[in-house]
Amino acid sequence: MVVNASQDDPEKARRFREAALPYLDDAYTLARYLLRDAADAEDAVQECYLRAYKHFDSYRGPAMKPWLFAILRNVCRAEYARRKTAPTAVEELPEGREQTPMWNEAPETPEKQLLRRFDGDTVRKLVAALAEPFRETFVLREIQNLSYREIADVAAVPVGTVMSRLARARAMLRSAWLAEQEQVK
Amino acid sequence: MTCEEAEVLIHALIDGELDAGHAREVEAHVEGCAHCAALMKEYQEIRQAIAESDVRYKAPLELRRKIEKALPQPQAAPSRRSVLRGFAMGSAVSAMAATGLVAIVLRNDDEQRIENEVVSAHLRSLQAGHLIDVVSTDQHTVKPWFNGKLDVSPPVIDLTAQGFTLIGGRLDYVNAREIGAVVYKRRQHVINLFVAQTANTERKAAQTSTLQGFNIRRWSDRGLNYWAVSDLGADELTEFGDKFEATMRANKEG
Ligand SMILES: [Zn+2]
Repeated sequence: MVVNASQDDPEKARRFREAALPYLDDAYTLARYLLRDAADAEDAVQECYLRAYKHFDSYRGPAMKPWLFAILRNVCRAEYARRKTAPTAVEELPEGREQTPMWNEAPETPEKQLLRRFDGDTVRKLVAALAEPFRETFVLREIQNLSYREIADVAAVPVGTVMSRLARARAMLRSAWLAEQEQVK
Repeated sequence: MTCEEAEVLIHALIDGELDAGHAREVEAHVEGCAHCAALMKEYQEIRQAIAESDVRYKAPLELRRKIEKALPQPQAAPSRRSVLRGFAMGSAVSAMAATGLVAIVLRNDDEQRIENEVVSAHLRSLQAGHLIDVVSTDQHTVKPWFNGKLDVSPPVIDLTAQGFTLIGGRLDYVNAREIGAVVYKRRQHVINLFVAQTANTERKAAQTSTLQGFNIRRWSDRGLNYWAVSDLGADELTEFGDKFEATMRANKEG
């Protein structure tokens, strides 16, 4: 019996399905937060999976989820670039703004009482309102449970940057959370 | 350590990313600083609130379908083609025998692949907010919910008296098509019962297998294939399958 080694596509497809498809919801969740649009997120995830399949031969680990996310992030950035010309462009902070130390934003005094709990829709809205690149860092950490090292690899930045972005992201979310709490009072 | 430094480092502390030495330093600061202590408590509360709320999204079925379609289909697996080729060349084997044998190879391969998919679907369903599309312990609510969504609705039966609580139903995607999943629970263990139509109406006795740490009980009856998947022990999953089949028989006869 002769097995034709060059015909490895269906076997590759089977391995790819098993390795990558369990993360489809994770990828879609990330794309929804990065692009803030359901249809664009769907397109981006589809493109991500096709690219991932194409490069699956060169995949050596470590973990599938961050590997997929790195590809997805590049797809989403291409989408940002496309939107820049469109009127609904996602606002990104100007270069340098990120370097502003977070403690320059006068930290509010922590509340004495417990923080209010919100429903899923409200929490999604608060997270989605965070500015990039803080939103990306925050979602990778809090919703996708990636380590700082994995986030650094996905976002192609040093671990120190991940730490400072995350601190900023949480500080911004806290302010938004308190403002929302004030509003519903 | 200043408050300014601590306000950045408490995040790494919360995330368990600090080495022991730095963790102690930050903890020491937080212990002696009411401001940073209160701030850290708030961040932890927000973190907890997010972890407990439904902030994830579920990929639309259509997206899954599009990706599946774009990938090379497993039907063309080379192992099977080479089997065919092997038999085509082997003059000692009659065409009939070869056909029969190839059919067996195909089915076994397919069964293995589908069992893999069923376990993947089970794993997906266990992620927060993904288990159930229609939440009900009432079979008369779950059953009609499937009508119109699938060519053939899966049987939905109440097994509460037998120790398995019906908790709802869900549409899932296995073997490149939509199928129904009826969800049961015993204690804290979820059982997904996947049901798919099959052209083969022959009854097939149940078999239990294990894949990726999950037990699968698979059987066929009256044109339907069943896969029950759970982290329940094989004995309890067997009990589930037996009770399900017995109740189905009783319903048909009664
Ligand atoms: Zn302090």
